[in-house]
Amino acid sequence: MTRALWLALVIAAVAVAVLAYMPSQLGPYPLGLMIGIMSYVVLATAWAMFSGPTRYISLATVAFFGLGAYTVAVLGDYLPYPLVLACAGLVGLVVALIVGVFTLRLAGVYFVVFTFGLTELIRQVVTWYEVNVTRTLGRYIFLDITTEQIYWQLLGLAVITIGIAFWVRRSRIGLALRVIGDDEVVAAHSGINIPATKIALFGVSSMIMALAGAIQSPRWTYIEPSIVFNPTISFLTVIMALLGGANRLWGPLLGAVPLFLLFEWLSAHFPNHYSIILGLLFIAIVFALPNGVLAFGEGLWQRLRRREAHS
Amino acid sequence: MTALLDVDRLTRRFGGLVAVNELTFSLDAGEIVGLLGPNGSGKTTALNLISGLVAPTSGQITFDGQPIGGLPANRIARRGIARTFQLVRPLPSLTVIENVITALAFRAEALWGKPAEEAAGRYLEQVGLTVRPGQAAVDLTYIDLKRLELARALAAEPRLLLLDEWLAGLNPTELRAGIKLITALRQSGITVLLVEHVMDAVHALCERCVVMNAGRKIADGPTADVLEDRDVVRAYLGEVDA
Repeated sequence: MTRALWLALVIAAVAVAVLAYMPSQLGPYPLGLMIGIMSYVVLATAWAMFSGPTRYISLATVAFFGLGAYTVAVLGDYLPYPLVLACAGLVGLVVALIVGVFTLRLAGVYFVVFTFGLTELIRQVVTWYEVNVTRTLGRYIFLDITTEQIYWQLLGLAVITIGIAFWVRRSRIGLALRVIGDDEVVAAHSGINIPATKIALFGVSSMIMALAGAIQSPRWTYIEPSIVFNPTISFLTVIMALLGGANRLWGPLLGAVPLFLLFEWLSAHFPNHYSIILGLLFIAIVFALPNGVLAFGEGLWQRLRRREAHS
Repeated sequence: MTALLDVDRLTRRFGGLVAVNELTFSLDAGEIVGLLGPNGSGKTTALNLISGLVAPTSGQITFDGQPIGGLPANRIARRGIARTFQLVRPLPSLTVIENVITALAFRAEALWGKPAEEAAGRYLEQVGLTVRPGQAAVDLTYIDLKRLELARALAAEPRLLLLDEWLAGLNPTELRAGIKLITALRQSGITVLLVEHVMDAVHALCERCVVMNAGRKIADGPTADVLEDRDVVRAYLGEVDA
């Protein structure tokens, strides 16, 4: 390993240690904020892992997030907690694989619309099942898990997610995804198995999203489909990843932190106009920074250096 | 001696149009063969059928004794068929080196990491392309893009190389360099099927030509004979004694 990589690892380890120590210094409200940030760091990084290089914009984030939360609500009373988490991840993975087989042939806007429809479908199916079979819409989650523990689990998941994203970028499968994003014909003629590559990454990304939902579910105590399948979560994930830059390792993280705080502030101060502002921001980001802040900064830096070289 | 590639009554329909109609020919190992014909005669579709970009409507393609007709392109690529495209297809978000590594990383005997980078450098050198590290593929000139595509195809270490008008659009100096490059490939024992309109190149490179018109094969034989063939002249120029 190179020296730069070791340095990066040491810095990352210190950062994680500081973040892990933070709950003892924070009150309940800041800790809640930290959980929200951590959750979106996980979701945006997992989203960008697949959608960044392939440019398949998925609006199904909350479908997997919600499935994870529901798995905990259904199994929480019967199985030990680690096993429940494993089941949640597995549910996310299996649903993603099934969905992937049928949809990853769709391109462009059809995929976007499909993923949005998928979220609604899953929400309606869960609602129908709860109303007609279990005869109650909501479920209670009484698990003996503290807020600090939720935070630590999310921190761990974030570290693992960024670790996987880092590994994917350096591995052959990461190159395969970028080639697919650029030109599927060249990808196939280079020997890349396009459906298998897409489905594998979509599956891993979705499993992480399901785990993020599962870990947070004890915090809500009461869940129902409209809470855990809220499409806003999908939109926020996309906008965060795009703001930071979906093709950069740290891009989604850099987008998630400021935007989460901004949305938190907006929803507190402008509860009635929140959706409108959200939409405007979405448009502004896509227009002004199509490749994200990081790519924009790099471009600016290169232009400045070129100008210096000329003068 | 058995053929490396054997195409038997290959047909492809697009709706009512029969782009390739009962095409039959074969290539022996080590041959450089030209696939000629007027525009729209089905040459590119024939290449697309062999490389797996489109599936045949009927007919057989046999490569090295194995049927490959209708297999997905990635599986055909791994069996040892590589190609270039009529309109160059560089991977825009990748560097020049990464473009070549793409072929190395997913071929049957895959290379990755340091060995792949070194090998990519060798293939770029082979086609006469010098780049600075990190240079983006989109910044290359047209001839260099063509070189890059050839390097990417060669990096797959194919036994059969399909070139779709690889020499088109080059100026006379570049054309000479291009012909020299392909001639040099002959020494490596690679089999080449090339679709080409540049007749100087066809004369210089191909000992044999297959000529198509309106989806059908109209001639197949030594280059000089084929180009004098009455049907071939008529297909290109219209009726001679009209």
